[in-house]
Amino acid sequence: MSQYASSEISRGRSAPPGRLSAWIGQAGAIIGLEARKLAHDPSELLFRAVQPALWLVIFGGVFSELHVIPTGSYSYLQFLTPGILAQSVLFIAIFYGIASIRERELGIITKFLVSPTPRVILVGARGLSASIRGLSQALIVVLLALGLGVALNFSPLALLGMVVAVVLGSALFSTLSMIIASIVKTQERFLGIGQMLTMPLFFASSAIYPISLMPAWLRPVAYANPLTYLVDALRTLMLPGEIGQFPLYVDFGVLIGVTVLLTLIEARLYPRMDQ
Amino acid sequence: MEARHDVPILEAKELTRKFGDFTAVDRLTLSVANGEIFGLIGPNGAGKTTTIKMLTTLLPITSGSATIAGHDVQREPAAVRHRIGYVPQLISADAQVTGYENLWVFARLYAIPRDEREPRIQEALEFMGLSEVQDLLVKNYSGGMIRRLEIAQALMHRPPILFLDEPTVGLDPLARDAVWEQIERLRTRYGTSIVMTTHYLEEAERLCQRVGVLHRGHLVGLGTPNALKAGLGRADATLEDVFAEFAGEGESITGGYREAGRTRRVAVRLE
Repeated sequence: MSQYASSEISRGRSAPPGRLSAWIGQAGAIIGLEARKLAHDPSELLFRAVQPALWLVIFGGVFSELHVIPTGSYSYLQFLTPGILAQSVLFIAIFYGIASIRERELGIITKFLVSPTPRVILVGARGLSASIRGLSQALIVVLLALGLGVALNFSPLALLGMVVAVVLGSALFSTLSMIIASIVKTQERFLGIGQMLTMPLFFASSAIYPISLMPAWLRPVAYANPLTYLVDALRTLMLPGEIGQFPLYVDFGVLIGVTVLLTLIEARLYPRMDQ
Repeated sequence: MEARHDVPILEAKELTRKFGDFTAVDRLTLSVANGEIFGLIGPNGAGKTTTIKMLTTLLPITSGSATIAGHDVQREPAAVRHRIGYVPQLISADAQVTGYENLWVFARLYAIPRDEREPRIQEALEFMGLSEVQDLLVKNYSGGMIRRLEIAQALMHRPPILFLDEPTVGLDPLARDAVWEQIERLRTRYGTSIVMTTHYLEEAERLCQRVGVLHRGHLVGLGTPNALKAGLGRADATLEDVFAEFAGEGESITGGYREAGRTRRVAVRLE
């Protein structure tokens, strides 16, 4: 009998020193894994720069000329930039669940689930790790906007708020994506549902036009759409002056509340991915 | 506190799992001693993987109970998870990062203290013969290297018991021999108890002190490979004969179309 097997048993290994620090370490491992994957192959981040560029340059350019969308004292490109950032965050996060499906088809999920990591940490950290992609999108959108001469608010507090909003938005939509993945379990169905969801979420939000322009029946949908609050927070933070439709605490309250709720739901569903 | 050698590392009592009306595992009672290598054999669908999933806290138990090192699998899942290592049949190493990074992630998930992390990672790499390739992306690994990396991942936290689900499926004979050797060294060097499922009776015969034969969710045979063979009363009996005896005539040990597809897929992915 070896020394270690016996000593490990006698030491009682279930409670490592400081549970909280163990949880932080575990969350850090999941987020670090995602960062390393992206570092080994950043091509996705580069391809993802194309879409926001098209929206800002072509769509934004055309609608700026047309002057059909009333945006008060702001230029249409100013109004559009936070909307396109929110859209990029949504589009990159909503397909994040495909990774869970791939990991399920292999045995990777099993290995995570058999580790002593609490389920809610596994899921919460994966949501947060999606924000690496979201933040890279933020950088791209801000650089594009600067290139187009869009006046943005660059106070440190506004930038910090923008980072937090992007992290929350990424976590929210990637967790929604993981929930869908946990339910449908196959790539084909998942991609279908992902495609089906993105456009309604995008169009039923204030990303490219104010809610006041929407037909009356669509407005309640927009108010129930978390993307609306992400757009609103980003607009308040990124543009100078007072443009937000809701106070920031409402925006952040909704984003945090929905993210927590979705994380708790997925923490129940995720272990079933292996059954 | 002394180590409790009097408590079997694994004990299952009347372990049962139902999926709807289908009983996948039926009142399985089993005990594995400290340091033992125990093999579960049986055709596909016999309940091997279901049994392992219950014992590793992945699947809720319908009725009955099981303990790992004295800890109840259902009531103390966190304590059990700290004490087990599990290498699933399918690939569980992440191909998109390096071998070292695969271990780094699990060193943190198992809350190995910071100052011990690096030595444990290096020890696991060395033990599995992967030190040289630790900085290569796993997608460039051979099938045998991936398997050894997965075993390294599962033993960094030094579990007293390791579960291996079909550890050599899809490997060529050379890689298979290497994995067998590592499993034996694991036991001699660390005294790790091992529960493994296998299709390959040769594998069970070479590695396992005792073998349990599962058939349609029932444990129909249990003993040393030699005792099981002797029980047939024929001098030249092989474990294949034992298997045919318990499983009934005409029951194939290899699965049908679906299983063939699955095994080959694993083999391809391991390439």
